[in-house]
Amino acid sequence: MAKLILSMDGLVLKEIPLTKERTTLGRKPHNDIQIDNLAVSGEHAVIVTILNDSFLEDLGSTNGTVVNGNPVKKHFLQNNDVIELGKYKLKFIGEAAPAAGAGGDKADFEKTMVLRPSTMKAAAQAAAAAGGGAQAAVAARQAAVQAAGQSAAATGIADKDAAKAPAAAAAAPAAAPAPGAAPAAPAAKPSGQPLGAIQLLSGGNAGKELELTKPLTTLGKPGVQVAVLTRRPQGYFITHVEGAARPEVNGQQIGAAPHALKDHDVIELAGIKMEFFLKA
Amino acid sequence: MDLTQILEIATCTDPGMVRSHNEDSIAADAANGLVVLADGMGGYNAGEVASGMATTVIVTEMRQILTGSKPYQVDAKTKEEIAPKIVREQVLKANTSIYQAAQTQPQYAGMGTTLVVCLYYDNRMLVAHLGDSRLYMLRDGKFKQVTRDHSLLQEQIDSGIITAEQAKKAAHKNLVTKALGIDPTVEPEIHEYPTKPGDIYLLCSDGLCDMVEDDDIGMTLQALGANLKLAAEQLVQMANDNGGRDNVSVILVRVLREYPGTKGMMGKVFGWLK
Repeated sequence: MAKLILSMDGLVLKEIPLTKERTTLGRKPHNDIQIDNLAVSGEHAVIVTILNDSFLEDLGSTNGTVVNGNPVKKHFLQNNDVIELGKYKLKFIGEAAPAAGAGGDKADFEKTMVLRPSTMKAAAQAAAAAGGGAQAAVAARQAAVQAAGQSAAATGIADKDAAKAPAAAAAAPAAAPAPGAAPAAPAAKPSGQPLGAIQLLSGGNAGKELELTKPLTTLGKPGVQVAVLTRRPQGYFITHVEGAARPEVNGQQIGAAPHALKDHDVIELAGIKMEFFLKA
Repeated sequence: MDLTQILEIATCTDPGMVRSHNEDSIAADAANGLVVLADGMGGYNAGEVASGMATTVIVTEMRQILTGSKPYQVDAKTKEEIAPKIVREQVLKANTSIYQAAQTQPQYAGMGTTLVVCLYYDNRMLVAHLGDSRLYMLRDGKFKQVTRDHSLLQEQIDSGIITAEQAKKAAHKNLVTKALGIDPTVEPEIHEYPTKPGDIYLLCSDGLCDMVEDDDIGMTLQALGANLKLAAEQLVQMANDNGGRDNVSVILVRVLREYPGTKGMMGKVFGWLK
């Protein structure tokens, strides 16, 4: 479960788990997180938690809410974000990724699932019956979507039906901790692999060098002969794209399949020779 | 009208790097200008059953209808073209088949599938979709998404809870709000767009767009557009190189030249007589 670590002047005051769907921050005592400091507004901000995602929203506070040094109105909290309210700091710690051993479960959760209207209504009602806090600030539509998200977390198969879900605005606190699926990491870029480049050996631009930073670089003349150099985790490859003749690597014509390039291979394409090499 | 010489189609599907099953299913019928992509879901192997049923039912039924009639024919009663109606009916037929199989056979309970169907006719394209499988278009060097996902994430983006940037990092990418075969009936989202010679259309399952950035997909299509088969394989390979956590399927369709529905005056006269 995600949590906040409250500190002042580098001194940790307490840890606050984000158990509720809405966690309010402010100076007044009715807030979930009360910070008794005059720089903090009575109702300063709120953190809305949906599944594994938490959103911070400033409630029009006098002195504003600052995350990682930037003033924000609305912010999607990331692991290790630091929220500043006056002298106080709140560090956001996101849900821990599941252990590698739970790989099977994780894969299951990542599978596409449908949100079904019928089970949804039941879930929403059950949630309402369980006594959830009324959601005032968020529009009913949003609430319904959130409710759908929650039932998704709780049951694995949930559903949506914002229009029909009556009083879906009464969304309950997340019933069960969501199956801990790590957010899909952004596509990993091939990193830690040496950068390749080509240097033209003949033609008008002989001597010119081209770094192969993009995932793919096309070479040649469209309509005559074109080849593509692809950058992959296992290295660079050359593939024939169009034209009657295929490119040559070290004097040998390549096949239809991608051809792995080695350091100092000489490529000949559309009558131009070039050398492929790896930069240190 | 046979569109084999007008539409160039390349397909590629792969289980990815993590999953053992391929629950995606693709089908292409160039002669009738029809392509279908489905991403199945449901326990054990039910997902591939659902997606397989969707593509098979839609392609066979459409093929049968299109041998007797043209998509741009005008229905005598409604005075409207029949294309949206026939596509919708076949989608519903597939929905019923999957739903009934799921109801009657316990091992298929709860199965369903996302769907994208494109029908090309008369210099146009009709798109029907359900769920988070997508259609993209590359025209005059510009790459953009045509369909809008039926997903929880998209609803959150639309209602302003999160931004598109935040959505990329969200955990619940996998929750779709509409799918085929889940309920007794379903309403596919149907749109019609004009096509232009040179356009490249990409149908893909979420295994591609979750793993590869849109910009990179667009760049690949632009760079390798001359060799459609290679472009399709390259896209799948990029998804796998980035982790390949889901099944990856792509269908690429290139419009080679114009394909007007009626041929000149005679065709029109004939059309009136009907």
